[in-house]
Amino acid sequence: MELGIREEKELKAGQANQVIFSETLQELASSDRDIFVVTSDSRGSGKLVPFGVKFPKQIVEVGIAEQNLVGVAAGLASAGKKAFAVSPACFLTARSLEQIKNDVAYSDNPVNLVGISAGVSYGALGTTHHSLHDFAALRAINNLTIVAPADNFETAQTVRLAAQSSGPVYIRLGKKPMPFLNPENKSFEFGKGRIIHEGADLSIIATGETVYPALLAAKMLADQHDIQATVVSMHTVKPLDKDLIEKLATNGAPIITVEEHMVNGGLGEACASYLLQSGFRNPFLIMGIPDEYTVTGSQEDIFNHYGLSAYGITIKAKELIEKN
Amino acid sequence: MTETELIQKSIYLRRNLLKYIYMAKAGHTAGSLSCVDILNVLYNKVLNIDPENFTDPNRDRYIQSKGHSVEALFVTLADRGFFPESDLETLCQYQSHYIGHPTKKVNGIEQNTGALGHGLSICVGEAIAAKYDQKTHRIFTLLGDGELPEGSNWEAFLAASHHQLDNIYAILDYNKQQITGNNKEVMNTEPIKDKLEAFGWAVKEVDGHDLIALEEILNNGPFESGKPSFIIAHTIKGKGVSYMERNIKWHHGVPNPEEYKQAMSELQTADTLI
Repeated sequence: MELGIREEKELKAGQANQVIFSETLQELASSDRDIFVVTSDSRGSGKLVPFGVKFPKQIVEVGIAEQNLVGVAAGLASAGKKAFAVSPACFLTARSLEQIKNDVAYSDNPVNLVGISAGVSYGALGTTHHSLHDFAALRAINNLTIVAPADNFETAQTVRLAAQSSGPVYIRLGKKPMPFLNPENKSFEFGKGRIIHEGADLSIIATGETVYPALLAAKMLADQHDIQATVVSMHTVKPLDKDLIEKLATNGAPIITVEEHMVNGGLGEACASYLLQSGFRNPFLIMGIPDEYTVTGSQEDIFNHYGLSAYGITIKAKELIEKN
Repeated sequence: MTETELIQKSIYLRRNLLKYIYMAKAGHTAGSLSCVDILNVLYNKVLNIDPENFTDPNRDRYIQSKGHSVEALFVTLADRGFFPESDLETLCQYQSHYIGHPTKKVNGIEQNTGALGHGLSICVGEAIAAKYDQKTHRIFTLLGDGELPEGSNWEAFLAASHHQLDNIYAILDYNKQQITGNNKEVMNTEPIKDKLEAFGWAVKEVDGHDLIALEEILNNGPFESGKPSFIIAHTIKGKGVSYMERNIKWHHGVPNPEEYKQAMSELQTADTLI
């Protein structure tokens, strides 16, 4: 039996986080003439066509030129504009990495870098279009907040906070419609993980679009194996919510991290580093894309292949608990 | 400031930049000597800026894309009163803000630069914001000829003309040399004028050591309404010190005591001849 990430029964359906990003930005721009969007022929994929129609003077097109995209956004931010540089995450965080490092982070120009169709959202388009390096690359740059919202609520909150942020923010968005994961929990701030589900036997710390399969796994673990798992949306990969990780680790229960990112240098290694250096020795597993040529297929195919599905996470969680 | 005073100022700035490079035992000597006349004219005759009110949103912007020639910028800013000249005694020392590239920690510096090919894109953003806010200040950048092969420059050249940013003035410090040798042998970027015109810029050429000509050209833009202005300033790497001129070893060479003495003596002589 293969249970993929589409196995959803009760959660309220939502839209792609990219759509919510655009809608929230339009809402903000309607009362803030300093909101600016910079695109690299990416307004269609960024769902920003309506923004361009409504606010034609607040959208700057640079063509397919990602280095210039980030440099121009830095100039706008330096001039007091709330600049959102929007481009596929694969290009934004690789081709423009030096502009992010120098013109945005080092120069303290509060640009909001919006990586769209992140992770393996582009699925079958292949490795050129995947961003499995972005957490690792950007975590190694000082003065950058890294946020991967899990659902529409977190996305809207992220965009609102980013627009007000005095420092630069990287926002990592996917293109798959996401359900509302825990509508009761209305808390959201950068650097504070959001509890989606609570249980004492295991903690699953996930980020971005893997929070959803992590939540489904928690339900499967409870229903089929009587294992009660906590699920955290660690939307802010940097700065990491160390207090929450410590709280989760204190009872000694196993911890699994899940991310749509290579296992090198992402959320998992950030958590591992903190846990190890703080003296915690909980059973621990990093789930993500392994360090190999990534398999081809849709995002769902790739998730299933590497076990980033409800079923895959369930199996690994059960193994981790049984081993310890 | 009279014409003579402006010429004297250039010599003074040359002496100062050599002095602090000599003290720090580090610096991009020849490139600083190459562009210091341009900086002298910008800061004393062109830019609308006030050291006492540097954050004025209506100030002209100057972003030095060729960040490594920071010593020329530092001595010019100190002379204009942005900070005490004695601060430069800490150049490149532990925890000093006066490092080998521009940083905003120093009063008067707009952006952190140093990696090449970055300045012009930032200017494009600044220029778009200025137009949007209906402000009339100008945005200047200084490009090195060695950084022209950076592709990001050409992305920014396209964007500046596409968006009709006639409030941008890009000055090329065209000394025709870089760390490995002559531009033409390292990577030929000629014909620069033709290329920039083809990219939609209005281009003028000037002797980059002719202070009066520089002032005339920099204060009379835009060269064409709706087009960004590009100034090819023909310069000499190491200008003002005989043994440094056009000698590539002085790209980031630091004079020894004898060389330093000779350089200062040559500049002293030049000063008395004005």
